Amino acid sequence: MRNDILVFAEHFRGTLNDITYELLGKGRELAQSLDSRLLVTVFGHEVGGLVEKLGVADQVCLVDRPELKEFASDSTKAVLEAILEDVQPRLVLLGSTSIGLELLGLISARKGVPCLDNCTRLESRDGQLVATCQIYGGKVFVEVALPEATTLVAVVPGSFPKEPGEVATKPELRNIALPAMLPEARTTFRKLLEPPPGDVDITKAPILVGVGRGIQNADNMSLAEELAAALSGVVCASRPVIDQGWLPLTRQVGKSGMTVKPKLYLAFGISGAPEHLEGMKQSELIVAVNTDPNAPIFSVAHYGAVLDALELLPLLTEEVSNQATKKAST
Amino acid sequence: MIPTTAKLGFIPGWAVLWLFFLAAVGIFARRVVFLIRLLKLGRAENRFDNIPERLKRVLIYVFGQRRLLDEPLVGIPHVLIFYGFLVFLMSTSGMLLQGLFPFLHLPGMESNRYLAPVVDVFALLVLAGLAVSSFRRFVLRPAGLQLTWDATLVNILIASLMLTFLLVEAFRRMSSSLAGGVWVPVGNWLAGLMGSSAVLRANAALFHSLFWWAHVLIVLFFLAYLPSSKHLHLLAAPFSAFFSRLEPTGRLAAPMDQQVRLGAERLEEFTWRQLLSAFACAECGRCERACPSRQVGEPCSPRQLVHNLKEQLLRYGPDLLGHARVAADGGEPTMIGGLISAGELWGCTTCLSCSERCPVLNEHMSIMVDLRRRLVERGEVDKHLEEALRNLARYGNSFGQSERKRAVWTQALDFKPKDARKEPVEWLWYLGEYACYHPALQHITQSLARLLHAAGTNFGIVYEAERNSGNDIRRVGEEGLFELLREKNMATFKKAQFNNLFTTDPHVYNTFKNEYPDLNHGQHSVYHYSELIRDLLQHGQLKVTRSLPYRVTYHDPCYLGRYNGVYDAPRTVLRALGVDLKEMPRSRRNSLCCGGGGGRVWMEEIGEVHARPSESRVREAAALEGVQFLVVACPKDYVMFTDALKTTGLEARLAVKDLTELVAEAASVVSTT
Amino acid sequence: MNIAVLAKQVPDLVEGLEIDPNGKALDVNYLRYILSESDDHALEQALLLKEKVGGRVEVFALNQGEARDSLVAAIAKGADRAVLVDAGLDSPLNNHAAAQIFAGLLGGGLFDLILTGVRAIDDLDGSLGGLVAGSLDLPYAALIRKAEADGDGKTVIVQKEYPGGYAAELVVRLPAVLGIQAAEQPPRYVPISRLRQVMKTATVEEVSVAPPSQQPLDVTRLFKPEEGAGAVMISGDAQEAARQITSLLSERRLLR
Repeated sequence: MRNDILVFAEHFRGTLNDITYELLGKGRELAQSLDSRLLVTVFGHEVGGLVEKLGVADQVCLVDRPELKEFASDSTKAVLEAILEDVQPRLVLLGSTSIGLELLGLISARKGVPCLDNCTRLESRDGQLVATCQIYGGKVFVEVALPEATTLVAVVPGSFPKEPGEVATKPELRNIALPAMLPEARTTFRKLLEPPPGDVDITKAPILVGVGRGIQNADNMSLAEELAAALSGVVCASRPVIDQGWLPLTRQVGKSGMTVKPKLYLAFGISGAPEHLEGMKQSELIVAVNTDPNAPIFSVAHYGAVLDALELLPLLTEEVSNQATKKAST
Repeated sequence: MIPTTAKLGFIPGWAVLWLFFLAAVGIFARRVVFLIRLLKLGRAENRFDNIPERLKRVLIYVFGQRRLLDEPLVGIPHVLIFYGFLVFLMSTSGMLLQGLFPFLHLPGMESNRYLAPVVDVFALLVLAGLAVSSFRRFVLRPAGLQLTWDATLVNILIASLMLTFLLVEAFRRMSSSLAGGVWVPVGNWLAGLMGSSAVLRANAALFHSLFWWAHVLIVLFFLAYLPSSKHLHLLAAPFSAFFSRLEPTGRLAAPMDQQVRLGAERLEEFTWRQLLSAFACAECGRCERACPSRQVGEPCSPRQLVHNLKEQLLRYGPDLLGHARVAADGGEPTMIGGLISAGELWGCTTCLSCSERCPVLNEHMSIMVDLRRRLVERGEVDKHLEEALRNLARYGNSFGQSERKRAVWTQALDFKPKDARKEPVEWLWYLGEYACYHPALQHITQSLARLLHAAGTNFGIVYEAERNSGNDIRRVGEEGLFELLREKNMATFKKAQFNNLFTTDPHVYNTFKNEYPDLNHGQHSVYHYSELIRDLLQHGQLKVTRSLPYRVTYHDPCYLGRYNGVYDAPRTVLRALGVDLKEMPRSRRNSLCCGGGGGRVWMEEIGEVHARPSESRVREAAALEGVQFLVVACPKDYVMFTDALKTTGLEARLAVKDLTELVAEAASVVSTT
Repeated sequence: MNIAVLAKQVPDLVEGLEIDPNGKALDVNYLRYILSESDDHALEQALLLKEKVGGRVEVFALNQGEARDSLVAAIAKGADRAVLVDAGLDSPLNNHAAAQIFAGLLGGGLFDLILTGVRAIDDLDGSLGGLVAGSLDLPYAALIRKAEADGDGKTVIVQKEYPGGYAAELVVRLPAVLGIQAAEQPPRYVPISRLRQVMKTATVEEVSVAPPSQQPLDVTRLFKPEEGAGAVMISGDAQEAARQITSLLSERRLLR
């Protein structure tokens, strides 16, 4: 085993996902401290163009085959396993994503390599790699010293900054010996189901008013709508609110919803489950309101208030409107 | 003089009458037997115990017409019509006997100088009553009162019976110049009116005969028609009153042991008394007008519930009679999802206003709870309710909080309440989950604790061993969970050492008092805290040091008032505090439910709701001039009304206060936190 | 269709979590266990499939926490068989070890489908479903929200969730393992009366297995995040907070 770091890149519709850059940035940092190399893998069909963005890595293993056009774990797993054989990395970084979740356990069990999930922090301490993972809904963190063996680590998206990973040059191509025929895929992709066309794209809104369980019922949504209107913002929500049907799917912020990075994110009655935080913690300014002083949302918020959201909403709307009229009259 | 002596064509009159009589009786009897057979489809239930008490019920509610006088506008006319019916029952029976056996020369009431005027005046009274009730039904059109052909026909029949009777009297007067004839004021007046017509005078005997026949035939027609109309309540009501439930209303009927599946959704799963409700129901709509859920637009309707049961019975009952016990899968469809929707069933707050108003003593709630039990058994539970039930099953409270946090409220006190599990106490204070867990109520709970401590009351709590008492769980139909919780609570009581138990929550009070068989008899008694405070004030352990200068009104909680008759204790306490107590129009047994009972606090609105009962109630309180506080004695009321003040924007006008808060103020217990 | 459901017990967060004084594990004194939420969904999905196409549903759980109660509840919901697996160890096993045990029990083509929750709140070393699939060399699809058996009984059509509201429809060849995110309908309610009845009559099979060879992770410490750290807390009542927030937004030029 060598000390190299291998990053598994993810892409969608011709663009690399943010998680890829986040992993690359961290991978570069770790490779430097271990005095080793950073490699990245890209799988897909007709994805050659993506390598132009991967300059932060030393080498890229590009596998471009028609069978890999849409993600199906059997094929991807087979290729990744072959690459692991060849590269023998110290650490494999994946996103804890729809794709990463499948690959992690499959490869770990088959190849007998240890793995970790829900990683939010990774550092090198005197040559030893230490990962910090979040469990129990983000209420407890576990620090694990990685074994001295190839280890797979799945990282929670949004844990690392992506800027360090964005280098728009082409790294060296590394050829991997792959079988001509990949094993027959037992899972095949049939079609993509698009979300119903939404009224608003929340990822583009500069101001978001987020509501969670604390909003209590559909009737109270109007309070949030009024504030959003006063701020020229858009209402979005955490999963429980969407599950209730009070807002459409396109307004969902979180791991299985949208990831947003607005200038302002107001969180009302949102407790801050990791799945939701993942989707909004990179917002520029986060103000959270929750009756529970221990709500995890306060760990990512910049400002917080332990109050009843239903009580604060109308008052805030009033203050904001007054401010607007004051401005207008000056 | 008896018209049946004359021949009608070739046939003697009495023969014709016999024909009609037998036909009418035959139709009547056949129908009644059929209806009884339908009732027998239901499950057995022993309602033949304590006959004297049952007869007393009939006396008070049927002959005393007690419930009808709740709405005097129609109550008085109905009393007139009812007694008129009894009177005419005798009079017409007499006429019939005379007619059937004309050669026996039986004396009739019309020749009795004391009875004849009574019948005569009653005819007028009945007509007057009918006029008022018809005006109400057809012109005023109150909610819940249907305009049906049946109702119209019945009104016409009764009116025509009265009119024909009066005409018979009048023409009798005009046709025979009986010297010293019986004085019948109305009949005579009518005779005087018609006496100016020569034609009428000349043919008086003929007209007498005519209207006599008309009267008798209408009666016979009515007899035959009665068991097929809503007027069946005439026959069924005395029985429904006789067979009414003697157990306290706060005790729901437990499922029979031999029941395979809990609850009911098909005819044979209801008891015969529940099925009898369908026949006894006069479709008067009193229940519906009283229902708080109905008033705010929920689909829940007690009248419709009973009506649908009747529909099911009449539509599918005959089939069941035909084929002996058809399997439930084929044949009769289930009522749930058919005639009744789940939404209608979940909308009920179990406030008991419906049964409380029902003149025939129907038990709407027992039907409703049996249907809910079946919904639970099928796993078809309202989504929000389901979450509450899961929490209740796992944590013993609907808030989903750890059992260990039950007594967190005690931490703000400067003393530690006794633990009744570890040391004997005189009073066991069972708080109920709202008083323990709800953030808005903590200060009230603490206040009561300080009050009792200062008064030297020897009380204790069971800390984490407290579980939901199960009252509302039972009423949403989760009988299994109720039994589980009851077992746990009973085990706790056995381990604890106490004399009597009191609680702040009327729901807890109700179920402990009525549904925990080993709790409220002999050894222990169950009290509501208002009763305890009243006693403490009376015996001087609590002294009012400051008379409160407020004007207040008091809301009677359903489970304290209507269910258990405790109306006076809280009022006694309030008066002792010196406040000026003003009653709301709907007080005591007419109190309007806050809308939170029956598990409704755990559910969302179902229909197109335009207001909540709690909002209507706070408006009612705010309409009382000068009233500053709406006083409550139930934690759910406190929460519901506080919310309602916000949503109605009446927060500046009125505030909600728990009884404890006023007592604490008047008794000047100093808060030492 | 023969379906196996793997059910895991996880700490109940309602009771609050405390870290053991040694700092490397949870303090078990205050722990209460509950069935992992997505495993509950996995069971529901299995029952839905059984209702549609027939077959059997068998539920397996390691003997820990309230596993027995969960198994009884599974039977009350309609499972055909419930198995409590005892590996003779006191402390909870990591998912790798659990996967080995289940792979041993479920191998040999006994089941067409193995369903388990895609995630549990205590997953540290990967999720159980993927590890079991890897051990048995079965296909695995994660984050499934819908599964339908194809007419021929050889495949299932599933919907796999992706972020942003997207989903992929996949055809999965049986036998396979699915990591369930959510069942097509919420887990059904079992009335307590039925549960108590089943408790009296149902049998939960008990199976003992040899403790697996574990490679425990080198956990250096467990810690809780500092409460409210990071957020500047605004004090005062709602009116005051509204004013402060508004001036904050105004300062940052976020108001129109």
